[in-house]
Amino acid sequence: MSDSTQDERIKNISPLRQALVRPELGSIAGTIIVFLFFGFLAFDSGMFSPRGVLNWSTVSAQFMIIAVGACLLMIAGEFDLSVGSMIGFAGMMIAIFSVTLQWPVWTSICVTFVLCTALGALNGYIVIRTGLPSFIVTLAFLFILRGFTIFFPQLIERKTIIGGVSDAADGDWLASLFGGKVGEPVFVWLADLGLIDVFERGSRAGQPVVDGIPALILWAIGLVIFGHFVLTRTRFGNWIFASGGDAQAARYAGVPVNRVKILMFMFSAFCACVFATCQVMEFGSAGADRGLLKEFEAIIAVVIGGALLTGGYGSVIGAALGALIFGVVQQGLFFAGVESSLFRVFLGVLLLAAVILNTYIRRIITGEK
Amino acid sequence: MTMDPLFEMQDVEKHFGTVIALGGVNFSVSEGECHCLLGDNGAGKSTLIKTMSGVHAPTSGRLLMRGQEVRFEDPRQAISQGIATVYQDLAMIPLMSVSRNFFMGNEPIQRRFGFNLFDHERADKVTMDEMRKMGINLRGPHQAVGTLSGGERQTVAIARAVYFGAKVLILDEPTSALGVRQTANVLATVDRVRKNGIAVVFITHNVRHALAVGDRFTVLNRGKTLGTANKGEITPEELQDLMAGGQELVELESSLGGTV
Repeated sequence: MSDSTQDERIKNISPLRQALVRPELGSIAGTIIVFLFFGFLAFDSGMFSPRGVLNWSTVSAQFMIIAVGACLLMIAGEFDLSVGSMIGFAGMMIAIFSVTLQWPVWTSICVTFVLCTALGALNGYIVIRTGLPSFIVTLAFLFILRGFTIFFPQLIERKTIIGGVSDAADGDWLASLFGGKVGEPVFVWLADLGLIDVFERGSRAGQPVVDGIPALILWAIGLVIFGHFVLTRTRFGNWIFASGGDAQAARYAGVPVNRVKILMFMFSAFCACVFATCQVMEFGSAGADRGLLKEFEAIIAVVIGGALLTGGYGSVIGAALGALIFGVVQQGLFFAGVESSLFRVFLGVLLLAAVILNTYIRRIITGEK
Repeated sequence: MTMDPLFEMQDVEKHFGTVIALGGVNFSVSEGECHCLLGDNGAGKSTLIKTMSGVHAPTSGRLLMRGQEVRFEDPRQAISQGIATVYQDLAMIPLMSVSRNFFMGNEPIQRRFGFNLFDHERADKVTMDEMRKMGINLRGPHQAVGTLSGGERQTVAIARAVYFGAKVLILDEPTSALGVRQTANVLATVDRVRKNGIAVVFITHNVRHALAVGDRFTVLNRGKTLGTANKGEITPEELQDLMAGGQELVELESSLGGTV
């Protein structure tokens, strides 16, 4: 670490203070607290049974997918408020392509991904070209995309929900990558061992109550690993930090700031599209109101995860834990039988606490008074 | 100075629409020389820096590197020719670690499992070595730049430019926001860098700082260079007068009791 010629004015800092400047710390502590809390409050409610775990981990995974995109974009110094509308739009496009236009589902998914990342690039291009805050530009897209998401199905099918995607997706190789389940034999085996309950009645009698890990959860884990790897281990990751920390200084040092920011807008749109595809494959339909308020939930998860709203600092692992806290609390309150409207109160308090803590940490890092 | 100049500007003009920001600049710097460029606010210093570093293309006039005419389309081209600029406030990113800042835009790459990875180990080691050479004691390579003083940040930025092969180092008011001790440290760094054979262009409006390290002095006023003097040929008062355009300051100075 250091050599013999120590500067006498450099005070030794406590390990706590040292740990505080790691962006994940708050969310690690938060995760432990949340699990302890519900461990006491809702242990008997089935929250920690295989089905319960599947329930809150699926919800958390949903948050995680969009939080990864929002996290990298926020570290690069920008926001995307159009994530929620993008989810609705992407889902609707898949349904229109596959059901109304009768395209193969894999084609529909691919075209939708291309379309959405192109829209993400357009978001980024407008922000870079005009120099306007991304807050305003993506707010415009929040309305534009939502408007189209309601307009198209009404124009084509005279309704706001398009169903029948499940039938179209049956046997489609790409659809199963988003809507399928993994590890069924393992779960059957676990049920045989008596570790997982089996259905006792009904059409699925004898099958395990949890029969596989949804692809959604694997997407979430995959995206978190990918995001964390890119951010901390690659040259591009350094550019993301630099672009958000001080775009002009980064430009002077030769960092292609515009390209970094536009790519992050595209990645944010990509994540929204992954979310939408998983959702459409799970529900078998696309609704015009899907993804409502998701942009804020993504941003909250990222902020709980220790990222600064002003950019240049944050962690994907932190954002993932923020999403986990989010999901566990939302479902945990349900298991504990607490009035669900209180979840919003909790969320607001948590957000405020996280932002205050982050500001304090920022002062420690930068030495501002 | 009898040495051939490493970098030279001849009759450089830069117009922005109807505004003539630079109206005929002649300037040169040789290896191992510190050439101070003095000018008051609005004299055209920033425009001159940006023209040298490739941000602006000159409207007319020539830039010469080792006697060969060069044209820069963007800052990267200037950097690849060995012209590095350290900006006053925009040198470093406070939230990032010293090591990440040091290699910003020039990250060392290590190939692993088919990926090009950021070689943190090497980056950290080089950063610590270079900082030690410059006399900065870091707690560790992961210390955030925000915890460094203004003088240390300038020193890190200078060390970075030198490490990445700068032959001409342009320093934009490196001492203007610093205290006495920090200023002394930065001036010592400039001196050390010059002794390593690097041509330093030191831009300032502080005559005393310029005289402390400069070999030659050029005054810029209203977009024109007013002439160049060697060390020992000019007094601080004369420099001060040239910078302010002579006349007005004499009047001001008498009212302030000769303290400016």
